[in-house]
Amino acid sequence: MIYLDNAATTLRKPETVAKAVFEAINTLGNPGRGAYDASLEASRVMLDTRQLLARLFCVEEHPERVAFAMNSTESLNTAIRGTLEKGDTVITTVLEHNSVLRPLYRTVGEDNMIILGCDENGMVWPEDFRAALEKTDKKVKAIVCTHASNVTGNVLDIKEIGRLARDHGALFIVDASQTAGCLPVDANDADILCFTGHKSLLGPQGTGGMYVRDGMDIVPLKTGGSGVQSYLKTAPAEMPAHLEAGTQNAHSIAGLREGVKFILSEGIDNVHKKDDMLAGAFYDEIKDIPGVKFYGDFSLGERAPIVSISIRGIDSGILAFTLSEEYGICARTGAHCAPLMHEALGTQKSGLVRFSFSYFNTIEEVHETSAALHKIAQSV
Amino acid sequence: MEKDRKWLIVTFDSTTDAMRMEKEAKAAGLPGRIIPLPTQISAGCGLSWRADPDDKERLESFMKERGIDHSRLVIIDAPLRRR
Repeated sequence: MIYLDNAATTLRKPETVAKAVFEAINTLGNPGRGAYDASLEASRVMLDTRQLLARLFCVEEHPERVAFAMNSTESLNTAIRGTLEKGDTVITTVLEHNSVLRPLYRTVGEDNMIILGCDENGMVWPEDFRAALEKTDKKVKAIVCTHASNVTGNVLDIKEIGRLARDHGALFIVDASQTAGCLPVDANDADILCFTGHKSLLGPQGTGGMYVRDGMDIVPLKTGGSGVQSYLKTAPAEMPAHLEAGTQNAHSIAGLREGVKFILSEGIDNVHKKDDMLAGAFYDEIKDIPGVKFYGDFSLGERAPIVSISIRGIDSGILAFTLSEEYGICARTGAHCAPLMHEALGTQKSGLVRFSFSYFNTIEEVHETSAALHKIAQSV
Repeated sequence: MEKDRKWLIVTFDSTTDAMRMEKEAKAAGLPGRIIPLPTQISAGCGLSWRADPDDKERLESFMKERGIDHSRLVIIDAPLRRR
């Protein structure tokens, strides 16, 4: 099997990840609840993982501002519902995943969302944000956007967009689902940065979290047991306990810790370089297939390792099915939970097939996949 | 005399601070350990750091230097040892 759906979940992880979960499930007690060793060990794992994540996201001094959640969806819901209210004006983009769009529709209402369109390559530029901020006569409460599109792999310039948000007194909430672990991510660019553990961070499903800048006022999505300040009637004010109600998933976080350790030891720049090499080679090997169409801006210096295509005359669903049935190649078709992106690209009906790479893919897998596509294309 | 033994207890507002204290103190070779917060002391976090009262100043400057937030330092009578 050749697995190329890493933008959904990375399937191949460092061996240490599963081992750590196995070990943890047999040894860790409840984190932050007791002072005996099994509980302390769980707390140690949590702290260590926070510190590793803080280092990866360039906020090494503030591990306590990294709160765990079950994935980006949960942290985005916390970020959006915890800082915004009905009627607040927000700027977002057509690139967004439903984990951004649906909480926004629900929280501020569609009429209060300024949704930026993209250019013909699926790109939204800082200039587009600037123009929107200057054009609206409403006070923009927040900019909420993805760091990279899960459909095209296009990376947005969050440093510049963050600067614009700050200049206009707007919060900046970033969805780093597609970049955390495969591209350098600087959490200082955002007020809140949401990430998931099961993609490029190489951890188990059910892990993820958010970095919250100091001084952010955020209403927790959930309240419950915290292991600290138990006589308060509200969630503790201190991070990360403020956002971590209930027993945390320490068993899986032990796995996430190994994933992040692996990335740090390989070096995020090396991970990015290899991903880029694989995606670039794939692009080069299939660009001459008659009728192939790429979705995304491949001239960008920085991209998430995603290559989405369609081939004229072949139904994208059938193409993905053929790849999986006849060649054992796992690629993804469908809407990718990004309805506005597909509408903007005009692919909501025709569809596309997404190939997404990880550090564990090989150049041989790229060759095999491109050979399969050439063969399928010749058969129509 | 056993009854003269004292403990220095450092209290914290969050588990993360307590765990950072443990990790950094261990790495620096500073004596002490995490214990459940003695009930006579009130603090946010149920974990506390127990050390020798003689190390009070050293600990305070250590925590300041490392940026480890703590709530209070309290000296209490040590419980009697099991006979």
